[in-house]
Amino acid sequence: MTDTLSYDVAHLLAGGMVLVSFMLLYQDRMSALLNVFALHAAVLSLSVGWQAFVQNAPHLYVTAFIALGLKAMLIPSALRRIVRRLDIHREVETAVGIGVTMLAGVGLVALSIVLMLKVTAGVDPLGRQDLAFALAVILLGLLMMVSRRNAVSQVVGFMSLENGLILAASGARGMPLVVEISIAFSVLIAFIVIGLFLFRIRERFDSVDLSALHRTRGDTH
Amino acid sequence: MIAAATLACISSYRVSARINAAASLATLFGAASFLAIRPEAGTLLFIDDLNIVFIVVNAFVGFTTSVFSASYIGHEIESGRLTQNHIRFYHAMFQSMMFGMNLALVANNIGLMWVAVELATLTTVVMVGLYRTHEALEAAWKYFILGSVGIALALFGTTLVYVAAQPVLGEGLQTMAWTNLIVHVASFEPAILNLAFVFLLLGYGTKVGLVPVHGWLPDAHAEGPTPISAVLSGLLLNVALYAVLRFKMLMAGNAGAVAPGPLMIGMGLASLTFGAFMLYRRRDIKRLFAYSSIEHMGIITFAFGIGGPLANFAGLLHMTMHSLTKSAIFYSVGHIAQIKGTQQIAEIRGLTQSHPLLGWGLVIGVLAIAGMPPMGIFMSEFLIVTSTMARSPWLAVPLVVGLLVGFGALMRHVNTVAFGEPLGRDAPDQASYAPLYGHLAIVLAAGIYLPAALVHWFQAIAILLG
Repeated sequence: MTDTLSYDVAHLLAGGMVLVSFMLLYQDRMSALLNVFALHAAVLSLSVGWQAFVQNAPHLYVTAFIALGLKAMLIPSALRRIVRRLDIHREVETAVGIGVTMLAGVGLVALSIVLMLKVTAGVDPLGRQDLAFALAVILLGLLMMVSRRNAVSQVVGFMSLENGLILAASGARGMPLVVEISIAFSVLIAFIVIGLFLFRIRERFDSVDLSALHRTRGDTH
Repeated sequence: MIAAATLACISSYRVSARINAAASLATLFGAASFLAIRPEAGTLLFIDDLNIVFIVVNAFVGFTTSVFSASYIGHEIESGRLTQNHIRFYHAMFQSMMFGMNLALVANNIGLMWVAVELATLTTVVMVGLYRTHEALEAAWKYFILGSVGIALALFGTTLVYVAAQPVLGEGLQTMAWTNLIVHVASFEPAILNLAFVFLLLGYGTKVGLVPVHGWLPDAHAEGPTPISAVLSGLLLNVALYAVLRFKMLMAGNAGAVAPGPLMIGMGLASLTFGAFMLYRRRDIKRLFAYSSIEHMGIITFAFGIGGPLANFAGLLHMTMHSLTKSAIFYSVGHIAQIKGTQQIAEIRGLTQSHPLLGWGLVIGVLAIAGMPPMGIFMSEFLIVTSTMARSPWLAVPLVVGLLVGFGALMRHVNTVAFGEPLGRDAPDQASYAPLYGHLAIVLAAGIYLPAALVHWFQAIAILLG
């Protein structure tokens, strides 16, 4: 295996994640959004798997497998069930227009690549590219969280952000296993908590639109 | 200590506030034993001069809170706001949260510390939403989203630190250990460290409640059960601050990296000023003290940002005093809110007449937190101001203005709440006064006389902090 090939493939996969992050940004249907998120997680798992192969680090396969099983299959299907039960699969409410969001996204990606390449000049090129792309994915996830009003799409934004974190951690050569497994666990816990919240929110307000939730702003009650 | 916390997590399902308190007491003894016997640093856990202070404060306030929570929760069951199932859940979560916080403090590994902080966050989110009211859910959701984003940023910062350390220390677990990082930090790539610190400060700063990212704090304090407000203010903010301090020590060890001080001074001053002004217009009493926590975390961050032995000493002292005083205030506020059936300041009057013990406890607590002379907080604030004067006089101006503004606001509110004709519902109080007055007594004693051993101990840490 030549170095250039391994580099190119890692580059391709990490770049693919940024691309899928963009696809998340312009989805306007809940089911499509969840499908794209599953794709996002699948690309992540491929990317982590490739890193495991290149770095000769078998424990990363575990991370890749968790990403595939949990995030690409289990969580999207659970979310799909929630969406169906709550009957909110029609439209995704956005707080900001999609055009503006996309432009902001392009700006963020440019920013993260310029920043990371400058800062990490001393690190080996493979990890460096991965870090740059990972930061882009993280920022896009943040952007998605602020530009959506719906609780489910905010959660999807948050999970795509976590995917970016795992991409970064896997790109860092030899980062210990403890961290990766615990990340997976914490995502699981986070998901359970979120699930609880979604149902509770539904019980109370008959809507998962978070703009229904701002009575506590200030002391107005 | 950790075993105790984990065990308690299981056993407290058998519903008893007593078990909760006993477990916390065991944790306290465990923590105190670290004072005498100090275990060798392992790759995952370690004890040193800095974290032992945090651990002891943490365990002590955790214990008194569990005593307070026993009487608080008893009242909540009687009034039907919580059921037995809630309580079981509550106690399990309480112990998991204490476990998470203690683990974060003893962790020798930046990854493990991150996991522990996340654990503490998730458990507190659930506790804040315990009442299942509209406001509590909103507060919990807000806390959850902001907390998760903060913690995500912190993880990215942690990864960057690892990336910076990896060329020097090689691969594997030992590269994430504090004890190794701090020795070799001088040869890390400074540019990566800079970027990492920005992420870490924003990430853990969210949990400290520093101003641009403080949005979750007042809601979470106001809507959760009061024992949780007490541990949030008194402990969780400290744990996050501890993380920031550790990374600050790393930054200070590398000559090429940007100095972390000015960033922390900036965020600290912003929090102080913002918190102080926000105190004026509060109508909810728990929210009032939540903003006061933002103000004080600002002061502490500012002190550590100034740096140097004296300011660090003052920062540590202030942190300890703030934990004790603020949790004492929340103990009294919790009972007051239960008696009056409201948290609105306008509906509470004349507490010193209707409930002298609680009322005067609150007055003393507020005087202490506002920085009146005989109390410990006065001393630490005084030290912070003088050390700022010595090092950069201009920064002392906004600091003193912020302190005075906060003082005025607190005096105004405590005056209306504590004095005048009693107003509102009057019910006999079944409060537990021991935690409240115990804390206040320590704060008062610290203000009058600090034991020499304690002073030496804090001075050693202050030098360690650089």
